[in-house]
Amino acid sequence: MAEAVKQEIDARGSACPGPLMELIRGIKASSVGDAVAVLSSDPGSNKDIPDWVDKIGYELVSNEDHGEYHRFVVRKTK
Amino acid sequence: MHRIIIIGGGPGGTITANHLAEHLADDIRRGDVAVELITDKPEQVYKPGFLYLAFGLESPERIRRPVRELVSPYVDVRIERVVKVDTDQRQVLVEGGKSRPFDQLVIASGTRLEPSATPGLAEAGDWFYDEKAAQKLHDKLEALEQGRIVVSVVGVPHMCPVAPLEVTFMLDQWLEQRGRRDKVELAYTYPINRTHSIASLAEWATPELQKRNVQIETFFNAESVDVERKVLQSMEGTELPFDILIAIPEHRSAAFLEESGLTEAGWVPTDRETLAVKGQDGIWALGDTTNLPVSKAGSVAHYQSAALSKNVAARAHGHGPVARYDGKTICFIEAGLDKGTFIEFNYARPPQVQPPTKMIHWAKLAYNNAYWLTAKGAL
Repeated sequence: MAEAVKQEIDARGSACPGPLMELIRGIKASSVGDAVAVLSSDPGSNKDIPDWVDKIGYELVSNEDHGEYHRFVVRKTK
Repeated sequence: MHRIIIIGGGPGGTITANHLAEHLADDIRRGDVAVELITDKPEQVYKPGFLYLAFGLESPERIRRPVRELVSPYVDVRIERVVKVDTDQRQVLVEGGKSRPFDQLVIASGTRLEPSATPGLAEAGDWFYDEKAAQKLHDKLEALEQGRIVVSVVGVPHMCPVAPLEVTFMLDQWLEQRGRRDKVELAYTYPINRTHSIASLAEWATPELQKRNVQIETFFNAESVDVERKVLQSMEGTELPFDILIAIPEHRSAAFLEESGLTEAGWVPTDRETLAVKGQDGIWALGDTTNLPVSKAGSVAHYQSAALSKNVAARAHGHGPVARYDGKTICFIEAGLDKGTFIEFNYARPPQVQPPTKMIHWAKLAYNNAYWLTAKGAL
């Protein structure tokens, strides 16, 4: 099933608060079942975002490599 | 007559007003342009001062000034509460039923705290993001002889992203000076897998916290407070008991913006460079109320106002945007009561932390007073 992204956050170039914090902001404002996308140019996001999604038990729907940035889609599952 | 309205009497509002008064001075004198600033608070408060207020190191009187004294006489200041922006009729509706028409609108209305968004927090938590709360926290800190203080970042995003680290470092030294540090445990929680979202800052802060014997809990997204048990609970399933909970509550943009349909997920969708509000014509936003991935800090509003005011002035003359905000941010960081450091960065250049010094701490204290020149658009 293609993901229906409820919100896309462009966090490219965000040093503070940073892509993961932006994702958490988006997720907190979402309802259970919503998918939130975040664009990140920070190489650290490749570890930070999957680690957090794993820790909290949400679903990492996709992690697309667009060259200069990655697009992560996370679904709030509970 | 081209009418420009600025909503908000904080740093973003007053600095923008003063820049516009300068850029459009001839137009205002001729009566071709009018600039109005609408705020429901007659005084501007220098919010970084609340951190010092919580430790009894600052007084409320020293951190506020009347808005009218900060703004150019070319700007009309109205002390009114905005209830709605009617984007179709291009007017701002204020309490009492009056309407203020505009050709361009600048939204600089900041954020509001929403501790009630976290169950139990309003009843059992403390914070230092407003005057009353900072003074209440100070009273509690003075009274705590022993126990456990938890500093927790609950709301994301929040004003002054370095403040949770600052308050922890200051607490350590403040308690030490009172001979209570060995009787009071400190814990610090952060939502992601390190002690701050800025990696270089976290690399510096983590050993500093460890050296001060502060318990660190990362991947901790506070979800609720058990008021009876005085326990903070996270989305990730961790529990932390406390005697004093210093929380960074949830933040939201002003309620009238939501009423006006100008927000997405609680914040005003804004172009990261021109600062135009997305989907609107001749409406701009800056400072804490935007959805931009930048710090909610006074320095951001300060640097944004430079670009935004040029774009507003250009439009008043019939031109498109002429200036771009590059993400510039500067934050002082208190590393205790007598040392400080700072970080400077933008969209392209990540921050690097300098070793804390007494000189930077004193520079910060000096700027706390010099800030009023910034608010006036002079510094």
